Amino acid sequence: MNVNRFKELIDICEKTGEPLDKVVLHWEMLDSGLSPEKVVKKTEVLFDVMKESYEENRGKNLKTLVGLTGDNAKKMLDYLPFAFTGERVFQAVTIAVTIAESNASMKRIVACPTGGASGVVPGVLLTLEKYGTKREKLISSLIVAGAIGKVISLHASLSGAQHGCQAEIGSGTAMAAGAAVYAMDGTPQQVADAAALSLKSLMGLVCDPVGGFVEVPCVKRNAAGAALALLFADMARAGVKSVVPFDEVVDAMAKVGRMMPESLRETGKGGIADTPTAKNIVDVFSRKFKI
Amino acid sequence: MLSILEIIGPTMIGPSSSHTLGAMRISRFSYNLINGIPSRVTFYLHGSFQDTYIGHGTWLALLAGVCGLRTDDPKVAKADEVAEELGLEYEYRPIDLGDVHPNTVKISTEKNGIHHEVIGSSIGGGRIRINSVDSVECDLDGEYPTLIVENQDVPGALESIISVLSFYGVNIAKMQLKRESVYLRKASAMIELDSSISQEILERIRKMDVVNSALYVNSIMEE
Repeated sequence: MNVNRFKELIDICEKTGEPLDKVVLHWEMLDSGLSPEKVVKKTEVLFDVMKESYEENRGKNLKTLVGLTGDNAKKMLDYLPFAFTGERVFQAVTIAVTIAESNASMKRIVACPTGGASGVVPGVLLTLEKYGTKREKLISSLIVAGAIGKVISLHASLSGAQHGCQAEIGSGTAMAAGAAVYAMDGTPQQVADAAALSLKSLMGLVCDPVGGFVEVPCVKRNAAGAALALLFADMARAGVKSVVPFDEVVDAMAKVGRMMPESLRETGKGGIADTPTAKNIVDVFSRKFKI
Repeated sequence: MLSILEIIGPTMIGPSSSHTLGAMRISRFSYNLINGIPSRVTFYLHGSFQDTYIGHGTWLALLAGVCGLRTDDPKVAKADEVAEELGLEYEYRPIDLGDVHPNTVKISTEKNGIHHEVIGSSIGGGRIRINSVDSVECDLDGEYPTLIVENQDVPGALESIISVLSFYGVNIAKMQLKRESVYLRKASAMIELDSSISQEILERIRKMDVVNSALYVNSIMEE
């Protein structure tokens, strides 16, 4: 089974009638030699760590390495009952920021797909769980998210240093949106549509962290990712299709990534990192800690 | 090929797979090379590692690796305290290693008066490339248990080393060979294995006439 495109997974589902997560597990077995049982078990562990990361750091003022963020998730949790966007979206965004701030504070997280974008997928999955999705379904959705990320890694990249933030938050959002569709009993095609809509909306997003550190704007982009993922999951479930199929969007993202100048690929030299405020922050910090 | 478990994972200590996880895996390689915690270690930081080693927690991750901590151990964030308890002396120095990956570190360790040196790069997503071990150039990802042999550049040298491995039923996954010096008749072999080997096998290889020296590094990957 020489699969490397998402369309091929959808075709197999349609021909065999097998659910998408089972097809992904077979792909994984043939590819990496791991049995489906083992992959499911390890995925469960990853899901549990995501949950722990949130529960242990929920509502806390966190001390991040550079100190540019750390108390935002707490503010958001306090504001949750008043959220105009609604409890579900704001809940997802709050979880995403909690985990992203935990990551910036050297806490244990799941790099799904990277440390910088680690809040998006748990933000969506843990919100789905809170509103009734069963654990088993969430695990199979996380496996589907893995397939979305794997296709991206095969044809583009998941690294901000390589293809900018579109490769990190963009990929995380595509994975979370696809997982959400799957958790809502959507079809494999709807999974692909939600992933495509996500990646298209974040196409060209640059990786421009202040000082190169995973704090500003990384943490808040996790919020954007979680909110967009739920939005596109609903749109795909409503029947909205991506005109350009997911696999082609991935190729387009890779092309955009290759065109991106180095200053916008995690070097801390362009974009937000190149503002007077950012430069000042870095100056003060590096005077304090220079070898 | 990359497993989906490497996409939706792994679990790690933040903030950055290349600046913490990758850095820690390189120093874990050093730890595995000397098979324990050194008494002294110097981290020579190149490029981006030099610029951002505090703000990314790279200094703690490097320290945690040579202390033998797991990559998802919450104690990584307090590796300086762990090192202090262990009585490990450590320091960080800037270095220019030339045309290498921006996230590169040279780790120089001392244990029982014996020095070892590893140069490694964190190449993204927590993946690493070990560029040299004790000045022998290589290209390793640390995934496989690895035997690093400096041998005499004579006919049959490699065959006799491999025959020891095959005698013990150890399968070779990958191998890199290099001629170090025609004049000194020195060659090196990096032999990546499918299973770890015992001290007994290592000693047997070390005692061979054609072998000048042999180092062994267990896999840095964790279950």
